[in-house]
Amino acid sequence: MAFAVDMDAGTAERTATGGPYARSPAKPESAVLAIENMNCGGCMRKIERVLGDAPGIASVRANLSAKRVTVAFDPQHTGTETIIQTLGEAGFRAADLAYDNLNDSDRADRDLLRRLAVAGFAAANIMLLSVSVWAGLASDMDAEIQSLFHWLSALIALPTVAYSGQPFFRSAATALKAWRLNMDVPISLALLLATGMSLVQTIRGTEHVYFDASVSLVFFLLIGRYLDQSLRSRAKGAAQNLIGMKSGWATVVADDGTTERMPARALLPGMRVLVAAGERIFVDGVIQSGKADIDEQLITGESVPRSAADGDRVFAGTVCLTAPIEVKATAADNDTLLSEITRLMETAEQNKGRYVRLADKAAAFYAPVVHTLGLVTFLGWMWVGAGWEAALITAISVLIITCPCALALAVPAVQVAATSRLFNRGVIMTAADGLERLSEIDTIVFDKTGTLTRGMPELTNGDEISEGTLSAAAALANKSRHPYAQAVVRAAEARGLRIVPADEVFEAPGAGLSRRGSGGGEERLGSADWCGIDLDSGMADDARATASLWYRPAGGGAAAAFLFVDALRADAADTVAALRSAGFGVVLLSGDQEAAVKSAAETVGIQDWFARQRPDKKIHQLKRLEAEGRCVLMVGDGLNDAPALAAAHASMSPASAVEVSQIASDGIIQGQRLAPVIETIAVARRTRRMSLQNFAIAAAYNAICIPLAMAGFVTPLIAAIAMSASSIVVTANALRLTTAKLEL
Amino acid sequence: MTALAWLIPAALVLGLLGLVAFLWALRTGQFEDLDGAAYRILDDDEPPDEVRDRDGPQQ
Repeated sequence: MAFAVDMDAGTAERTATGGPYARSPAKPESAVLAIENMNCGGCMRKIERVLGDAPGIASVRANLSAKRVTVAFDPQHTGTETIIQTLGEAGFRAADLAYDNLNDSDRADRDLLRRLAVAGFAAANIMLLSVSVWAGLASDMDAEIQSLFHWLSALIALPTVAYSGQPFFRSAATALKAWRLNMDVPISLALLLATGMSLVQTIRGTEHVYFDASVSLVFFLLIGRYLDQSLRSRAKGAAQNLIGMKSGWATVVADDGTTERMPARALLPGMRVLVAAGERIFVDGVIQSGKADIDEQLITGESVPRSAADGDRVFAGTVCLTAPIEVKATAADNDTLLSEITRLMETAEQNKGRYVRLADKAAAFYAPVVHTLGLVTFLGWMWVGAGWEAALITAISVLIITCPCALALAVPAVQVAATSRLFNRGVIMTAADGLERLSEIDTIVFDKTGTLTRGMPELTNGDEISEGTLSAAAALANKSRHPYAQAVVRAAEARGLRIVPADEVFEAPGAGLSRRGSGGGEERLGSADWCGIDLDSGMADDARATASLWYRPAGGGAAAAFLFVDALRADAADTVAALRSAGFGVVLLSGDQEAAVKSAAETVGIQDWFARQRPDKKIHQLKRLEAEGRCVLMVGDGLNDAPALAAAHASMSPASAVEVSQIASDGIIQGQRLAPVIETIAVARRTRRMSLQNFAIAAAYNAICIPLAMAGFVTPLIAAIAMSASSIVVTANALRLTTAKLEL
Repeated sequence: MTALAWLIPAALVLGLLGLVAFLWALRTGQFEDLDGAAYRILDDDEPPDEVRDRDGPQQ
């Protein structure tokens, strides 16, 4: 593994340069940390620098794709907890991952890729030999050379089918054990029969040799399998990162006031937990003392932190941003809202597992028919007295010529074309059967915050604020990561102002930013309190009374108010209108307050809306729609949407959604627009139609070839041409999808 | 036809070379962090030990 190699190199380097821990006798331990907010190359570099400079660390390797860091450290000088703290100080939220179960899906990925590589090598070389033989059939190839080429093909094909075909054989065996038929049963049978018979024919020195067909089939099918598997393992990795967020260490305050660190899993309801600024909260509970801003993005998807004080409820998985608080636990470990959501999701996912895919439906119908025909052929030839050997060979050639090449490719080829089309248009499909389920939906349920809206605040009264004020405020705001501050910076950038980052800015947690002005006095950006503004004095009906952010210049001039709103996505109304005019039902389910939901629903034109929906209520609503006979597509982003996303017939989420929601979804929409939802539904419907078309092509091909094969008229050249032609036609038909113009 | 005696082995060996190269790349983790690798090549950083001697970690 790469990091293993790097680790050694790193250790060696440090030892050579005589770092402070070079002579430490302890064996380095290693840990894998999930980093929630490592998003770019800059983050990756910063993490490696920060940890590389921390004491006791032998080597660091960040993986940007997996959002993980592998750290090797000296347990005598540092620990996972210290490392997480170091990262926290640098602004990265990290969580420890249990090391054991990490590599499973990774291993499955690589296993498939190896099999794919071997099959690719074999397919290319056997095809080279086969094309020569085919050319030889039409001209003057010697029988010996032909035989040599067949033996060479056999030499390459046998180990390849044995190795690369295993995923199909295993899946078929599992299905047969449960007395079911899936697509892998006819695939496996065709592979074994084609390879087996080719070997027999090679030994006998005849012409019926189909190694090329069986190995190419393995190769093409493995491509689809691998793409499928890598999408799933990416989703699984994100799920593991989330589970890591539930584990960690918490400080517990005993009755006599002493504190003790204990693992989050050991926390019990009733314990008092001290949460420092920047720490994650591991229990559901009520704040006993202290006042802080709580980042609830993981739970609600809301990017603006909520201010919470004595008596307010907080939830596990959220982060205390600004000041230490003491929380009395009401639920811990498996009873927290976070765990409940995870459980609801798992149940919903299991229900979805019962969905029968189109290809398997076809296989359940197709396999018995073909196998019966094979049997009929054998019995028929026996009956006319052809002898059992000739009868068997004809029967097998029926099974091979009906070789489910075209049938097996019918769906995957269209799916690959559809997925790549969607990818180019900013939608990533994460579930293999997602497109099939999406093609059946007739009702779309939207979440509000973060789905219909952007999920981040936007300055609304920018026109009322002078350029000078805005650029001065942005200079301060540039130093803060608070969503309001970032909104100010964005507004200034949008106006084309040059922002000169201010020096010596002081950030008062939960209040605001300040800086000493050049002529004495202080300029401040923050809450009304922080800027010393008395909201009661004569601006009761002023819109500014509701302002969330204020700026007061150093000289003591007039204060400026900043108003924010979580703006609707630019094309939300158009998308909803397009969906409605295409005949889809559109529903809005939100956990937000009634007034906010109502105004959003009216703006985008949704009549069915429901406010104050908790996760279980959302599922309840979906069940109600289902009972009315509707097929629902859920579009949502928050953790509170995740169970509903998993429970709905099909689901999508924006790329800004929390990771769990992305995992629960069948597709992820990139970018700021909602229109890809329409495109996805259109592509899904066309995918279904093209899959059925492909089945029709495969069936037509079989209708011509099976009688010929049963009558024993199939020569090797006809077989080779017919088999390749059917696969090529099916694939070519699928490729039309990448450029077709689609409408709902 | 004697040309076949070395052409076929040559084709097979070349194919095998490609296969072995790919399997090696896979095993040494060349495909582990495809997103990160794109940034690493732009990172003209000195080795970490030298960075430490200067003015600390940079933003």
